[in-house]
Amino acid sequence: MKGLKFIVTGILFGIIMAKSEAISWYRIQEMFRFQSFHMFGIIGTAVVLGILAVYSIKKFKIRDFNGNAIVFHDKDKSWPRYIIGGSIFGLGWALTGACPGPMFVNIGYGYWAMIIVVLGSLVGTYLYGLIKDKLPH
Amino acid sequence: MLELIRQPWSWYLSGTAIAGIMILLLYFGKSFGFSSNLKTICTIAGAGKKVKFFDFDWKTQKWNLLFLMGSVLGGVLASTVFKSDQPLQLSKATVQDLRSIGITFDGGLNPSDIFGPDFALSAKGFMILLTGGLFVGFGARYAGGCTSGHAISGLSNLQLPSLLAVVGFFAGGLLMTYLLLPLIFKI
Repeated sequence: MKGLKFIVTGILFGIIMAKSEAISWYRIQEMFRFQSFHMFGIIGTAVVLGILAVYSIKKFKIRDFNGNAIVFHDKDKSWPRYIIGGSIFGLGWALTGACPGPMFVNIGYGYWAMIIVVLGSLVGTYLYGLIKDKLPH
Repeated sequence: MLELIRQPWSWYLSGTAIAGIMILLLYFGKSFGFSSNLKTICTIAGAGKKVKFFDFDWKTQKWNLLFLMGSVLGGVLASTVFKSDQPLQLSKATVQDLRSIGITFDGGLNPSDIFGPDFALSAKGFMILLTGGLFVGFGARYAGGCTSGHAISGLSNLQLPSLLAVVGFFAGGLLMTYLLLPLIFKI
């Protein structure tokens, strides 16, 4: 089954997010209050290793498992959407303690109330699609 | 072995493992970005008929939905087979700060003061969680990605826009933490 590897990768992701406590509302508060290195260490390590990995993939032209070139897409160059959109995201992240991935891991973990957060995030996504042409990007 | 996985993971192991997920998805020819799933779910629910933004072939994102389902299962495993019996080691300063805005540290991952049924199913609690989610969903699409797409994938590819998005994440997060949370939970 072709999709199995994505389910397995998702399972690994869920375990990692839970065991690292990155899905914890408390840890996100601790991060925004700069009272522990934990979350900064996690993101920092991931980014440093990520930079090395992406650099190596480009430098050595490493291909994916199908033999196709791994392509990276540059994000659109502008600033309003990243600053404004990012800030709105941040408001929600600090309030619910969860970004999209952790919301779902939390539901699996048994925090049923996160279903409400997911519903809200779907409404928010729909709302964006509805009014995106009126927003500065 | 099981004991090793059960205990809370260090930041360097956790960060390495997250980079591993990103690399694994690249190797599978995909790119790590979780919030795209929210758009895909809207499309499956029929949003594409009314709004052009959602009018795309969602089957191209099937892999990401499978990844999402896996992440829920991963959460189930983490709370059962791999569950740690130690309380979360939250910084004392955070425990105190949270107490001052009326949120008790209970040793779990998330406070029952917010995610317990009493609060979450109250009119106020429900609205807070729904609105918080709305900000996350709206903001992620507006910014073109969330923590995985921008902070991990984007920064790894040295994208300046992703750095701007992360600055935004923190601007909003700090505003919520220091100004709004005390107002929201003290009323």
